[in-house]
Amino acid sequence: MNQAFVNSALNAGAAPIATTFFFYMLAAAAVLSGLLVITRRNAVHSALALIVTLLSVAGMYLMLYAPFVAGVQIIVYAGGIMVLFLFVIMLVSIETTVKDRQFNRMWPIGLVAACLLLAIFMGAYSKGKTLVPDRVAQLPEASNTQAIASALYGDVVKTIQFPNGRYVMGQYTFAFEIASLLLLVAILGAVIMTKKRI
Amino acid sequence: MAPITPLHYLVVAAALFVLGVVGVLTRRNVVIILMSIELILNAVNLNLVAFSRMWGNLHGQAFAIFIVVDAAAEAAVGLGILIAFFRNKETINVDEIDLLKW
Repeated sequence: MNQAFVNSALNAGAAPIATTFFFYMLAAAAVLSGLLVITRRNAVHSALALIVTLLSVAGMYLMLYAPFVAGVQIIVYAGGIMVLFLFVIMLVSIETTVKDRQFNRMWPIGLVAACLLLAIFMGAYSKGKTLVPDRVAQLPEASNTQAIASALYGDVVKTIQFPNGRYVMGQYTFAFEIASLLLLVAILGAVIMTKKRI
Repeated sequence: MAPITPLHYLVVAAALFVLGVVGVLTRRNVVIILMSIELILNAVNLNLVAFSRMWGNLHGQAFAIFIVVDAAAEAAVGLGILIAFFRNKETINVDEIDLLKW
């Protein structure tokens, strides 16, 4: 598929075929593995299905021109949090958990409540369809990682070029520092929770 | 086929959210409940990034990064609590964690 064909497809108002195909493939992978997460008897199978879900959602972030968020998702979520989950499954799963009942006694009510929630979502989306534009905005295809870094950390370029100059805070620098404090508190909490004798 | 609008991403996020809610309400295994909570957070993130693309600014993506950070902290503490409880009672079924029940 050469560039002329893609250009002509874009100019004719049609969507590129690859975008549609990849979106449906990633969406099907995400929803299918989400279904596997909640229905598997073995917790390790659920964790692996959740990894597949996280990776397909990272692919969808890439389609939405968010490469930094996709990178954070893969490194932190799939590479950090899921490894933590697998370690804990290894520590707490005794062999009898596979033979236990998987669903609790109230599962029909939970299913009905979730179906109601899905109906509310679909009603809201069909009523509010006019609020969402017909096609995704044709923004320039540059990577916005530098812009996110500047928003989170400050003006990165100016800080490197003039190291003794004034520091320009980004829009989210304060929240960034609070997030690092949150991570410190979480580390302390996790260590203290798992000590045998405080 | 029709072009992929942000609404497509919202529908996928709604499906993931409902699957996560079903997992939280229905399962007995605590680790799988925590994994369903991660599904819910991912659905919210997908919503945010889709709207960020729709409006053309970065606020949604910055919020999504903070939600990932928060999910990491919450998973660590939640799993720490699970291990501490497992050391006491040797079970990971929420039905049997009923010390405060009347």
